[in-house]
Amino acid sequence: MDLIAILHMHAELSLTAVFILMFLLDLFLPTPQRHRLRPMACILLALQLLANLWPEEVIAFGGMYHSTPIASVLKSVLTVGTLLVFLQADTWLQREDTRYKQGEFYLLTLSTLLGMFFMISAGHFLLFFLGLELATVPMACLVTFDKYKGHSAEAGAKFILSALFSSGIFLYGISMIYGTTGTLYFDDIPSRLVGTPLQILALVFFFSGLAFKLSLVPFHLWTADTYQGAPTTVSAYLSVISKGAAAFALMAVLTKVFGPMAGQWSQMLCLVIVTTITIANLFAIRQNNLKRFMAFSSISQAGYILLAVLAGTPQGMASLVYYIIVYIAANLAVFGVINAIEQHTHGQIEREDYNGLYRTNPKLTMVMTLALFSLAGIPPFAGFFSKFFVFMAAFHSGYYLIVFIALVNTIISLYYYLLIVKAMFIQPNEQPIGHFRTTVPMRISLLVCVAGILVLGILSGVYQLLNDMSLL
Amino acid sequence: MEYYLVVSTFMMFAGIYGFFTRRNLLAMLISVELILNSVDINFAVFNRYLFPNELEGFFFALFAIGVSAAETAVAIAIIINIYRNIRNIQVKNLNEMKN
Repeated sequence: MDLIAILHMHAELSLTAVFILMFLLDLFLPTPQRHRLRPMACILLALQLLANLWPEEVIAFGGMYHSTPIASVLKSVLTVGTLLVFLQADTWLQREDTRYKQGEFYLLTLSTLLGMFFMISAGHFLLFFLGLELATVPMACLVTFDKYKGHSAEAGAKFILSALFSSGIFLYGISMIYGTTGTLYFDDIPSRLVGTPLQILALVFFFSGLAFKLSLVPFHLWTADTYQGAPTTVSAYLSVISKGAAAFALMAVLTKVFGPMAGQWSQMLCLVIVTTITIANLFAIRQNNLKRFMAFSSISQAGYILLAVLAGTPQGMASLVYYIIVYIAANLAVFGVINAIEQHTHGQIEREDYNGLYRTNPKLTMVMTLALFSLAGIPPFAGFFSKFFVFMAAFHSGYYLIVFIALVNTIISLYYYLLIVKAMFIQPNEQPIGHFRTTVPMRISLLVCVAGILVLGILSGVYQLLNDMSLL
Repeated sequence: MEYYLVVSTFMMFAGIYGFFTRRNLLAMLISVELILNSVDINFAVFNRYLFPNELEGFFFALFAIGVSAAETAVAIAIIINIYRNIRNIQVKNLNEMKN
């Protein structure tokens, strides 16, 4: 084996280099200079992004590592999302009680990102498993980052225990696959899959393990508490970046490895999609805490993403990545506004607190409104197009009833997204949150998100590009 | 071979049962460890009896042991942190967040 092969994995290698540089900076930067950590992290990550912008197909280590062009597009998207999260983290990390450990935030986030990179470009179940765990274990540390707050600790315990349980189930499924096929390479498994009961059991175990990570109903019970208890920046990261990576990995494995068993997993997916979207929508209506509300909203969005997986075609893959891009822009905008208001007011995140926000903070209100409209899928914004493509992909594959149920559910979701808009614009309030200016990094990130929401849908080239990539 | 698989399956479902019935965070963690160990047995048994000329299963088991140790370390750190905060690790006390 030649050692040059390792250089083909340049996306992962450069991210590891960023990680090591950040680690050294965190170790040796003198205390007065420590505020430079954030700009350094952003610049390094941006350089990494620019160096790996060109999508290409890479196979290394005899098929153990297999990165497709669409996977490298997704890697760039995830890196952009992480950059936005870094920009939003600023106010929170400059607080008295977190300032001394701000370097750790960047390190943990970068290592979860590295795990996701490995997960989406795995060609062997061992690499897939290692990537999944590398994406999960540091995430538990991030969730408990505010460790002196009871909420954060409690959220962390719920997260790590359900993550452990789900990886146990997931591994059990993989062991069944190994027992029946004798290999763990993605390329070799399909020809040996014949759909015996043991293999169906393995499929179900494997799927439920990943469904925990994606927080699909009925594996969603940890989501609301974890999102509410975790620091808002971490909830944002958890809801978009890790969910996007897990959805892509699920689709890649289901279509590539479990392709011969498509008849079995499509039935299972139909059931899960319908329950996920419906139950999450019904629960979201009841929520008053905005972070809890966004948790249920993200569960139902995961259901929509699964529609693309259900299609199982290259078109489905393109619409999945497009959905993730748009979802990152919209969801990070909402979490950015929640974060800004929470940091400014020392923890007001109830819906009643947002009453009359339009009078005092019109710009923030506009950002929030645009993002919520995009999440709900109202036409001129990107969210409409992403939902449209996902529905089209599933429709082309012949799942008419599922698409219809999902359409009905978008109307229900419109109701609860508009509840927040109503609170901000219409509800009167004696003491609204006072006028304040957000910090410059936060403003940049919100600007990028709004630009994404407004432009991504209108630029038809984006989807076309993704479609070409996924056909390669 | 069947006997080993019976043991591992029993461990797996005992772990799942324990995870859902125990009301103490450490006991839940131990139950999850049972699940992870049953997976290791599975891999070793399949490799030894069905595919004796390869080592893929043994290697997977080794990696799984290493990763589960890392996960357990993080989980215990979080549990200790909870103990410091509320002086207790019973699940019923972890209900600060309600709608």
